[in-house]
Amino acid sequence: MAGFVGLVRRDVRLALRQSGEIGLAIGFFVLAVALFPFGVGPEPELLRRIGAGIVWVAALLAAVSSIDRLFAADFADGGLDLMALSALPLEATVVAKCTAHWLTTGLPLTLVSPALAVLVDVPPRDMPVLVFSLLIGTPALSLVGAIGAALTLGARRPGILSALVVLPLCVPPLIFGAGAVEADLTGGGSSAQLLLLGAFSVAAAVLAPLAAAAALRAALD
Amino acid sequence: MISRLANPAQFMRVSGAVLPFLAGLAAVVLAVGLVWALVLAPPDYQQGESVRIMFIHVPAAWMALSVYLLMAVASAVALVWRHPLADVAAQAAAPIGAAFTFVCLATGSLWGRPMWGTWWVWDARLTSVLVLFFLYLGYIALVNAFDDASRGARAGALLAVVGVINLPIIKFSVDWWNTLHQPASVFRLGGPTIYISMLLPLLAMALGFALLFAALWLVRMRTALNERKLRALRLHRMAEPRSRPADAAPPGARPAVH
Repeated sequence: MAGFVGLVRRDVRLALRQSGEIGLAIGFFVLAVALFPFGVGPEPELLRRIGAGIVWVAALLAAVSSIDRLFAADFADGGLDLMALSALPLEATVVAKCTAHWLTTGLPLTLVSPALAVLVDVPPRDMPVLVFSLLIGTPALSLVGAIGAALTLGARRPGILSALVVLPLCVPPLIFGAGAVEADLTGGGSSAQLLLLGAFSVAAAVLAPLAAAAALRAALD
Repeated sequence: MISRLANPAQFMRVSGAVLPFLAGLAAVVLAVGLVWALVLAPPDYQQGESVRIMFIHVPAAWMALSVYLLMAVASAVALVWRHPLADVAAQAAAPIGAAFTFVCLATGSLWGRPMWGTWWVWDARLTSVLVLFFLYLGYIALVNAFDDASRGARAGALLAVVGVINLPIIKFSVDWWNTLHQPASVFRLGGPTIYISMLLPLLAMALGFALLFAALWLVRMRTALNERKLRALRLHRMAEPRSRPADAAPPGARPAVH
């Protein structure tokens, strides 16, 4: 457990000290959301209608765009070999790295999402549902992303490849996350969608580390 | 039986003998099925002649799912038993499966235009099949993204197994969500709801597609094995310059100037 906490603290500290890591993700998020009104036009009714979807898509892209570097630095300098040799199981290492990734991307994205939701005219009444859906949905993005990051270690062009691998698997959280806000907006209850989203995150927390650890072992062979 | 066939040399021998018959049978069944489905089968009382798209669309969809499942099973075998032929089988199946998925999407789109009035809707069945298509593409890209072929094979195998999660979503999307795409009418509890004069040509086409896949799959596997053998032979020759004639200059000597 001490190793787990230590690994999380180390990765978070690295992300904080390599200044801009968190800022880049948020900057990407803001910019991606801001591009939509240019593309679809600034009518408030239209934006209100698709606002939650915009925020969710942008958060998904922001989280996934940084995912290919989850293991890359440690793989390049040999740190990953040491982690594989340590007493901590590789699956737990994956969970620790995903936790650190979520703390430095998913959580900040969730925290700034209300400001962006205002920009695309999501009504304040639906804000709690949007923030809550991002809060329970973004861990799944980090976890599923870890599979893609581990699979593409050592590949040519890992960035675009991990996105190609991860994005299809991220469709369910996108559907349920944006769907929850949509259901709340149109007066239906959002709890069913939120429950499914939570279930996906929990299932990803169990299954994704197994797959990612297997991929890491293949990369370290 | 399977483990004996899994020996690459044995596989080459058996598949070489089976392939001509398999390919011939596929051609015959497809020819019969096409004539039956496109000419002899009755037009639908509502859809008219455009119902004939179904005889391509539905078998292609079945194949898209089955080939992915087969690829995932082969990948699991490759991961567990590290059998080289299983990797070859999975990688040989992927482009064919992607092609079937594309045919399914394209014919579905052509069918949707006259029937639903639109080329494409983002309903659950269509979207999940599109995701399946991307999974195939991601698998192919991942397998080919490494300089070390065995590393690509293992990464691809893991991805294929992870992607199986999408298959039940596709199969049951028409039951879980209220979609524009119709629910299952052949494989359902209580028997098929499709009339027998349409069901039989549909099954003939499905059999033809399956045979076509099997033949193409064997060809691709044999090609991959031959390529592998060629590469090994070439490496062997490069590693051993002794295969030159005995009177040639010894290794390392400068070529004589004439």
